[in-house]
Amino acid sequence: MNARQKTIGVWLGWVAFLLAMTAYLTHRWRGPDRTAFLPGPTSHGHYQIELACNACHTPWMGVKEKACLDCHGAELKAANDSHPKSKFTDPRNADRLQVLAADNCLTCHKEHVPERTRAMGVMLPDDYCYRCHQETVKERPSHKDYAFNSCATAGCHNYHDNTALYEDFLVKHLDEPKTKSAPRVATRALLAFLNESERWPKKPALTAAEHDAPAPVRADQETLHAWATTSHARAGVNCSDCHLVPDAQSKTKRWSDKLDHTACATCHKDEVGGFLAGKHGMRLAQGLPPMRPALARQPMRREAAHRELSCTSCHGSHEFDSRRAAVESCLACHNDSHSLAYKNSPHFALWAAETKGAAPAGSGVSCATCHLPRQQSATDGVTRVLVEHNQNANLRPNEKMVRSVCLDCHGLGFTLDALADPALVRANFTGLPARHVESLDLAARRLLETQSKQTKP
Amino acid sequence: MTTPHKKLVLGTALLASAVFAAGLTGCNKPVAPVAAPPPAGFTPRQMADGLFVVMSSDRAVYTKQVVARLQNEAKVIKASEHFKDEKALPLPAQMFRMGAEAVAEKNPGFTYGLLSLWPINKQNMPKTDAEKAGLKFVADSGGKTNFYTEETLGGKKYFTAVYADVGVSMACVSCHNGHKDSPRTDFKLDEVMGGVVIRLPL
Repeated sequence: MNARQKTIGVWLGWVAFLLAMTAYLTHRWRGPDRTAFLPGPTSHGHYQIELACNACHTPWMGVKEKACLDCHGAELKAANDSHPKSKFTDPRNADRLQVLAADNCLTCHKEHVPERTRAMGVMLPDDYCYRCHQETVKERPSHKDYAFNSCATAGCHNYHDNTALYEDFLVKHLDEPKTKSAPRVATRALLAFLNESERWPKKPALTAAEHDAPAPVRADQETLHAWATTSHARAGVNCSDCHLVPDAQSKTKRWSDKLDHTACATCHKDEVGGFLAGKHGMRLAQGLPPMRPALARQPMRREAAHRELSCTSCHGSHEFDSRRAAVESCLACHNDSHSLAYKNSPHFALWAAETKGAAPAGSGVSCATCHLPRQQSATDGVTRVLVEHNQNANLRPNEKMVRSVCLDCHGLGFTLDALADPALVRANFTGLPARHVESLDLAARRLLETQSKQTKP
Repeated sequence: MTTPHKKLVLGTALLASAVFAAGLTGCNKPVAPVAAPPPAGFTPRQMADGLFVVMSSDRAVYTKQVVARLQNEAKVIKASEHFKDEKALPLPAQMFRMGAEAVAEKNPGFTYGLLSLWPINKQNMPKTDAEKAGLKFVADSGGKTNFYTEETLGGKKYFTAVYADVGVSMACVSCHNGHKDSPRTDFKLDEVMGGVVIRLPL
């Protein structure tokens, strides 16, 4: 081979290699597994959907400005966000934005940089409040000894959600007992709501003999019994009401044995919406296959590794037992210290008493009581008690739980102390808080000072 | 490395860098919002004056016909800073601020806000030199004269107007005088309590 032939050979080889790489990468890009393109691991908040690049990225890998608000906007609005973008768009804040561009979520919350990401997905050092609030230590003598890295970590302030922490709220809840007398959570009245909102008409209850599964399908005795003895048959929901689903192309209804969350959404739109917004259903919301415990970063039971998360994985597929969904379904997968400690906790003792009939309805505390709480909601012009299926809406920072969950049964001071004690949280609230959040003391002191100023002659 | 190999490697590296740079820099930037020019025939001052008249009238109507009437006269509902939690009416200042935020979201080119030398929330103290001078000017003039100037913020030039914000109702005055965070507790009816700041980009 002469030198010229060698040169041509090298060039051809190189071009062939480039074409092969292009073909391979294009194939990977188009295929279901895009992990080759991840620039770095994602945070605990987003790892489930890290392969749905389009959820956050524009076609040329910029970050969509509205990517964050598409999922988190409604929650921030409901929480009366203390630092919304609108606070920073006025030109008078231009100098502040040069110190910290607080008008953009990405300033504090970047993905794919785990080496820099800290608690709450924040990339800034803990004393970021200092950049705009230096005057606080001068204006609030009570705060003069507080370090700036304790603003958001002491249980007193959050950057976004201060609905349970603002001063007037603290004043309203001073001197409350640790546990209120006769605490209860709200009762659901799901069927009454479905009738009133006209999502499901009033129908007589159905018996097993009245099922309308077509002959080729013919449900077995166990399935019929499960359906006939539980809530759907009681409400007059027959087999065809769920199993006849519109065909994707022709839109005509066809029997399907395998249903997904869209079947439930006909009546349970709000619950399904919450499910899709939280950690259980966020993959489905992005068009990815359902979540499985094997994919989770939290400790999960090995025997549950390949179970797919959907409505029926917690609720069952014909017996729809919401009591089972409140505890046993959770513990069938979750294997972390908080979950493992639940059955030894005073909360579980109350739940066991309620389920046995030894305590009033609403007095027990299941996993769902705290993590999928019952909340007043107005839907279709009807007020109702809705079970919030977005378990992330009450998760981190855990002060989000105060008003939606803890205050149903406990006083504010005790609640804040308990939530600020990570060891107590891990032990599933077995024992008393070993930490004390001072915010109520400060609020009480300032109330006294104001009152004494006002009564001075 | 022989010369053809060097050319090969360099050529590929150059091409790759060019593609990489284009991808990083050229294709992602969103279009910057363009400020709407003022209507033909209006000077910035006239536009600011017109905007202020609308804002202050709307707020005065809300203060007198809603808050003062229902809270202070009929006593059927209170106005409260935490109006959602307490199922109360928003305060007039909050109504004004929520309007300003709604306007800012639509990005019509101008911004406005409510500031004071004696604010309940320290974040509403004047920050820029124009704001400080303007608020002092309108307070000293008893609300009779407006303040106009130009200023540069974040590298952009603005026409800034400051108008006196007057306590038009006892609802304004008594609430501020009785608030634990208010630095002044001696406001009187029709006294200048702060200022409305309107900015138009030049």
